[in-house]
This record gives sequence, structure tokens and C-alpha cells, in this order.
Amino acid sequence: MLQLSPAPHISSSKNVNKIMYGVVAALVPALIGSIYFFGWRALFLTSLSVLSALITECVFQRVTHREIRCLDGSAIITGILIAFNIPVNSPWWLPVAGSFFAIFVVKQLFGGLGYNIFNPALAGRAFLVASWPFLMTGNWTPPISGTLSGISVLDGVTQATPLSLLAISSPEGVIQSLNSSTMLKTLFIGNTGGCLGETSALLLLIGALFLFFFGYADWRISISYIGSVFIFSGILYLLGVTPVNPLFHILSGGVMLGGLFMATDMVTSPVTLKGRWIFGIGGGILCIILRLWAGYPEGVSYSILIMNMFVPLLDRLHPRIYGR
Amino acid sequence: MKLLTFKGGVHPRDKKELAKYLLIKRIELPEFVYLPLSQHTGASSKPIIEKKDEVEVGMKIAESGGKLSVPLHSSVAGVFMGVVSWPHPLGGRKPAMKIKVDTEKTTEWEGKERDPESFSAEDIIEIVKEAGIVGMGGAAFPTFFKMKVPPGKKITDLIINGAECEPYLTADHRLMLERTEDILKGTDILRRVLNPKRVWIAVESNKIDTVDKMKEFSSSYPWMNIVVHATKYPQGSEKQLIQSITGNEVPEGGLPFDVGAYVQNVGTAVAIYEAVRYSKPLYERVVTVTGPVRAPSNFLVPIGTPFEYLIEVAGGVIGGEKMIINGGPMMGIAQIYPEVPVIKGTSGILVQNAKEVFERKASPCIRCASCVDVCPMCLMPTEIYKFIDMEDFEKAEELGVLSCIECGGCGYVCPSNIPLVQQFKYAKAEIMKEKK
Repeated sequence: MLQLSPAPHISSSKNVNKIMYGVVAALVPALIGSIYFFGWRALFLTSLSVLSALITECVFQRVTHREIRCLDGSAIITGILIAFNIPVNSPWWLPVAGSFFAIFVVKQLFGGLGYNIFNPALAGRAFLVASWPFLMTGNWTPPISGTLSGISVLDGVTQATPLSLLAISSPEGVIQSLNSSTMLKTLFIGNTGGCLGETSALLLLIGALFLFFFGYADWRISISYIGSVFIFSGILYLLGVTPVNPLFHILSGGVMLGGLFMATDMVTSPVTLKGRWIFGIGGGILCIILRLWAGYPEGVSYSILIMNMFVPLLDRLHPRIYGR
Repeated sequence: MKLLTFKGGVHPRDKKELAKYLLIKRIELPEFVYLPLSQHTGASSKPIIEKKDEVEVGMKIAESGGKLSVPLHSSVAGVFMGVVSWPHPLGGRKPAMKIKVDTEKTTEWEGKERDPESFSAEDIIEIVKEAGIVGMGGAAFPTFFKMKVPPGKKITDLIINGAECEPYLTADHRLMLERTEDILKGTDILRRVLNPKRVWIAVESNKIDTVDKMKEFSSSYPWMNIVVHATKYPQGSEKQLIQSITGNEVPEGGLPFDVGAYVQNVGTAVAIYEAVRYSKPLYERVVTVTGPVRAPSNFLVPIGTPFEYLIEVAGGVIGGEKMIINGGPMMGIAQIYPEVPVIKGTSGILVQNAKEVFERKASPCIRCASCVDVCPMCLMPTEIYKFIDMEDFEKAEELGVLSCIECGGCGYVCPSNIPLVQQFKYAKAEIMKEKK
């Protein structure tokens, strides 16, 4: 019996699972880093988070009689990213609650894979920040081998991450040290206080390069997001609006994690090239605005969530059709 | 060397190594040939012989059935067994003229040599029509009709298409190596009819050996410009070829002559030459039989030869046949019946065994935008698909679905295996129905 199927009869090697597990693999260096910096609890929290995401998705699909495809890798990504967005001394139920909300409300209630408007992990984080603000933003522990703020002289004096030092209008000397090359190096390597997966720019970059190479994420979004954070904060630095230099801005907080792994989420970013550039640039500028003038020290997650809302609009920037 | 190219496109493995080094060869004749009355765009041909009549090679057996139609000629000598309902490679069963082959009497064409220079442009167009020539690159549009450029339109660029961008297929490649001068002679005839400013011979970089071969003749055909394109699918598509050579885009809903371009496949050029020079009608063509067959080949076959016969001559399928495709893997049509015959537009027969047929379970669109990136017409396949899914054809038309050239690039890259092209064909048909 001959098989009938429509053309094309060959397919590129890409498929959904491969892309999703590719992203999971790209997050592994940062995961290993978080275990190194924060100890085994990092792995424990990440595993719980992933498990919660998987179970939520599986149960939802079962109950609603949908195809059970919770192992396609996308829920695992959400689970890892939720864990990457919480401090290491969070209670065990925090990532569980975050992943549950991300998968149940943000992803599945909107129609499941491909239909969600917001990046589930970011919206899950926003939910956690709104519900348990102290656990999410005031509950920092230093990494095993480093210091919380990356500034050794201030050890024990402050209970803040490098980024939050900026928000609480610290004394001049502290701000000076934020601009030092030692500080920037610490931020690049990741040996500092912060959420589980966001501290090491280096390890995140290694993973992201892998994604760009295989085309599992669009470098344009990352470049435009991180680039516009750099340029916009640079302008404000020169104008004296922000006391820290632009390198500090791109290396601290969640800019790397957000710009490389969350803004590039295919489902919640625009499909046209022009749209992706605008999406990235808009997100970067919003991030700095939120950082400098909003209530929280960090602006990455809200900047991307706001840009997520613009995606249907940005998708209307159709390329010019051949011959039209 | 700077390679010409177009925007978008995909890079499937071309698999041409299976047959690209193999000389074109004639085959032993099958027992019967089946000549569908509809082998081209436009009206079907009408039989002009009676059952039991004896036919000869190249004899006209059906006349043109309308303004946009061409006659049909017997591809063998033998006996006409009547019009039968027979599987057609473009789908369904269609009336076909069945001929019992007389192997003894079937000989190669021996036409009297004529001087192409002695014919006027009108004569040539008439000869091309009477020879039943249609575009042999796959679209099968009657060539004489295309040659009649409407008054007021001027052809500036004549493009001979040897891009052969479909993976696996090597028929045009072999023609360019083995019938190089015939292609140029056919082009010369076209050139004299159309009187273009420039003549381009277009190939892809994976057929670079044809360039040297062509250049051997450059002193005799000084008008020839060989242009090498990057190997990228669908380079051989008319609109993409015009764009990459002339920089012009054929306007939406328009035709190549709107931008002064005229594209003809290399195989058609040979057919035009043979028709004008030797009054040989189009009754045989080169067909690549490839895929996991024991002996992939480039056969010169009589039109009407059943696919299954050719697959058998090529040694049968390793691992058992699972799919038989008329054409290449990107745009070819999967067949239900192995007995379908070769028609004038059949450039290849691709078989696939169970190992090669891939699983096509569709998953949700993850908006990866690969389809948007590769579409050579700059459409947004994922968006169009969503509107077709909601039966909103008006919106699909607004988004340009009628411009879709059905190349299959989007379906090839889609990680979710969504049957994009199939849906676009459906929407186009629905929109055209509405317009009528």
C-alpha cells in the first residue's frame, strides 16, 4: 500500500522537541554554575520546580482530554527558568507554586503550547513577586565562595545584591565600587548574590551561543535587548542620571538571563525580523526605565512581559510581499 | 565568482549524487503506453484516431482541444486500444489513450533536416504548437502560447532555466552536459522569435560542470550569458530566477512579460530545437528515476510509460516501495497507483522506502517563524495558515496566499510538521471558486 501525503516529502531535521530540549541543554551550564555558587539546594529547588511544571501540565492535559505532550520539553524550560528566578534560600514550595501558576494559568488556560501570550516563566515570576515580595526580593544569601554584593569590604554590612544596592541609594563609596572592574568581573563570572540562574553572564552566554548556532533562538532579539539596555543606560550614565556604567547594567540582575533566554522565547516574541528588532529594543529601554524609576530594583521581567503584549501588534509589520 | 541568489529559501540535501553522473539512456519498451489527453495547463486534447488503428512514432493522435491546448502524438509504434480511464500523475483517473507497443516498428525519430533560419517567428510558433510542446520543467504550460507575447509587451530578458533546484532530480543537469549545443540551438530559435536584449543561461552552483561545457560553444553563440546561482531551493522558480537575474519582481497577479522576462526550461529548449530542425514532436523526455532504487537512472522514455515499469527497469526499490512521487521531494505529487504514466511534465520519479518516509504528526505552531524566514515570496505562512484554519479566506487573500508558489519551503522547515502548503492550495482553490 503506497503512502499518500502532501508535498514536501522531506523535512528539515528541526522539530519541536529538539528545539525545546536544545533550550534545556543550553540552560545546563548556568544550572551547573548555580550549584557551584549556591550549593546543592539550587539543584533541589530546580528539580522541584521542573517536577511541578511537568505534573501541572500532565494533569491539565489529562483532565481536559487533550493530547498528553508534557514531555515535549517546553514545561521543563519553564520549570528551570522559574527556579532560576528565585533566591537560593527560598522555601521549597515557592518554585512549586511559581511553576504551577506559570503552567496552569499562563500557559494552559491560554490554550497550551504556542498559544500563550506571556512568557510563562516570567509571568510566574511576576506572580511570585506580587504574592511573596519579601521572599522574592529581600531574601538574599551570598554564594558559597563569594560575597553577596560582590564587594568584600562591605561584607556583612549590607543585605543586598549588587543591583539592589543601586536602588536603595547607597553611599557614594559603594556606588563607586559597583563601577570597578573587580565588580564587573564578579558579575561576569557570577560569584555574587542574586537569583539562582541569573548571576553568571558567562555561563548564560555559553548556553545562548549554542542556541544561536542551532537557530533555536534569534540572536537579533538578544542583541537588540541587551544592546539597547547598554546604549540607553550608557546615555543616562553620561547624562548623570544613573551613577553606574552601562556594563554594570547589562551584567547585573536578570538582563542576561532575560535577554538571552526569556525574550527569545519563540511563542511570545514576534515572527517578523522587523518586529523582533523593535521587540528587543523596546524591552531594553523599558528595562532601564523600570530599573531607575519603578518600585522594584529589577525591571527585566516586566519589560519583557510588557513587550509580550505588543507582539500581536508587532506581528502586523508584514514584510513586503514579492511583487506587491 | 559571485553567485546570484534570492531572498529566503531552504537548503535541503540535494541527493543529486545518486544520478548526476549517469548518462541518459534509452530503455526497452513497455508493453503498453498510456497517453493522458490532459498533459498540460488548458483544455485536453481530442483523439482523432479510431480504436484498432495502427500508429507510428510521433504520429498525431489527438488534436488541440481549445485555444490553450496542444496536440498529442504517439510515443511508440503500435495499435491504439481505445481511450481508457487511467490513473493520472496529477491525481485521479483521467481519459488516456492506450497503445499496445510494437517493439519492432518503434524506431528513433528520423525527420528531414530543415534550416531554422528559413522560418518566420509565426511559423516557429505554429511548429512549436503542432509539436505539442509544453513547459518541461513541471508546470506544463503550452509553450506556443507563452511565445505569443501580447502586443505592447517587449521581452528584454530571455532566461533559459537550468537551475533544477528540486533535490534528487538530474534530468536537466544531464541534458546540459549531453545535449549542450541542442539547448543553445533551441535558445537561438527562441531568441529569434522573442528578440530579447539579453539571453541568460541560469544554473545552480552544484552544476558547475555544465558551465565549462557551455563555454566551449561561446564563440558560436556570442549572445549567451551564463549566470551561476547559489544552490538554494527554490532557485529554479520562475519568479525567483527573474528576481535574482534582473532584480525585478513580477507584479502580484502578473506574468513574467510584465517585467520583460521570459523563462524557459532547458528541456523545452531542446524540444523546440528538435521540432523546428527535425519536425520532431514532443513524445519522449528525460526522466530521472531515483531514490532507494537499485540503479538510479536518467532514462529517455516515451511519454505514457508507466511509473512501475520504469522503477522495475531501475532495479526495484531497496526495502520495498512506500511512496512513489511524480517529480521531486519538495513539490512532487505522491501517487496512489504505481501504474501512472509519465507525462510531458514528468521530470522525475522519486521513490521512498519505509525508512525514508518521515513521521508527520503535526504539533502546535510554536511561532518559531522559520516559515516566515524562508518564504521566497515574503509571505507569513504561519499567519496565513491560522486564518485558513478559521476559514477566513478573505484575510488569507489579503495576506497574499494567492502569491504562494507552493514551493514547500515553509513545510520543509516547519518543526511542527504543519501541512502549510496543502492548506494554501486549498485556500487558493476556494478563493478562485469564489471569484468565478
